[in-house]
Amino acid sequence: MIAIIDYDAGNTCSVMNAMKRLSADYVLTDDPEAILNAERVIFPGVGHATQAMKSLRDKQLVEVIRSVTKPLLGICVGMQLLNRFSVEGDTTCLGIMDSVVEKFVPLPAEPFQKVPHMGWNQINQLQGDLFKGIEHDAYVYFVHSYFVAQNEFTIGTADYNHLFSAAVQKDNFYGLQFHVEKSGTTGEQILTNFLNL
Amino acid sequence: MLAKRIIPCLDIKGGRTVKGVNFEQLRDAGDPVELARIYADEGADELVFLDISATLEGRKTLYDLVRRVGEEVNIPYAVGGGISSVDQVYTLLRCGAEKISINSSAVRNPGLISEIANEYGAQCVIVAIDAKQVEGRWIVHTHGGTKPTELGLFDWARRVQEMGAGEILFTSMDHDGTKNGFAIEALKKMNQTVSIPVIASGGAGTKAHFKDVFEEADADAALAASVFHFKEIPVPELKRYLKDHSIQIR
Repeated sequence: MIAIIDYDAGNTCSVMNAMKRLSADYVLTDDPEAILNAERVIFPGVGHATQAMKSLRDKQLVEVIRSVTKPLLGICVGMQLLNRFSVEGDTTCLGIMDSVVEKFVPLPAEPFQKVPHMGWNQINQLQGDLFKGIEHDAYVYFVHSYFVAQNEFTIGTADYNHLFSAAVQKDNFYGLQFHVEKSGTTGEQILTNFLNL
Repeated sequence: MLAKRIIPCLDIKGGRTVKGVNFEQLRDAGDPVELARIYADEGADELVFLDISATLEGRKTLYDLVRRVGEEVNIPYAVGGGISSVDQVYTLLRCGAEKISINSSAVRNPGLISEIANEYGAQCVIVAIDAKQVEGRWIVHTHGGTKPTELGLFDWARRVQEMGAGEILFTSMDHDGTKNGFAIEALKKMNQTVSIPVIASGGAGTKAHFKDVFEEADADAALAASVFHFKEIPVPELKRYLKDHSIQIR
């Protein structure tokens, strides 16, 4: 069983639909026991980091997520919240990975591309079984204004204003900055890989 | 690299896809869910559903349709038409939409842009702007283009960005339905005015028009309806053409 964490995160329906299209058994839940007993956990996210963390605290899910031992996949804001801190609303996050979520800001004298970073961007430097069968330069769908810089946990990059982490992993915790659930057949392959880890 | 986006727009009325010529004389182009799935398979980068009946007739956006689309398609889509509250946005995002698009309600209440952006992030807020030239000046129109406002296009674009919009969908009413090409000059100026992505809409008639809007106006995305719905320009053929002309395309 796959547990999709229910914390009013916006895109849970998209994630559920993606699971349906893959004929995977899932449950949308905020029940700690169901989350901790699931074979796979998906931690979706759309919206503001502060609101999302508040919602997790209100539902007493902060420690629950930290305690997951099976593969967990954070998507978009879900991925960002795996980090220590987000400059979006100066929010203390889950701290599973010791990185900071930064905002795309113009650098003096350098061309600056539009923010939010919105649309299909290529991904590169893909590592591990999560990206099995995915070609370098494959396109996936991004929508975000904040990013995690390339760091020791990066298992995939994208280049837009900065080279940043398209994917991160620490132990059983995986995070994807892009919307894998809306990334066409490429996204479906990555989700299938996650379920098969 | 970030690809330029091709966005078929499905105008919805009574649960069916329609396309207005200059926002009038509606023709039926079929079942929206069916069309959405075909477009996703053909390589459309995103879809926009506009419930064009909503604002005029006070009808609520079609939640069921949005839900069915979400079950069928694996690419992002936005929903607009008659959205005037954060609660409606919540429901649409829960139904599977990535983004919502607001138009008349943003003009009536610009604070709505900030409210939605603060709650769900700027990335999910498209502000759609319909405008046409009145005595040489681009004037914003609301209610499906039927009501002129006092607002100048570029001032309004700057304002919606300040209020937290993540993207602007600019439809030139002067070009919409003409198939004579996009409003290149206005789009250029729009791009110099704001730093958020701009979707160009209105006037697509040939593949070259799409090339022009990306090359000359540097639009981030191009939206069209009838040329796709009536298969005058198949999406795969368009994308091949743009790739052949060295435009970054998925």
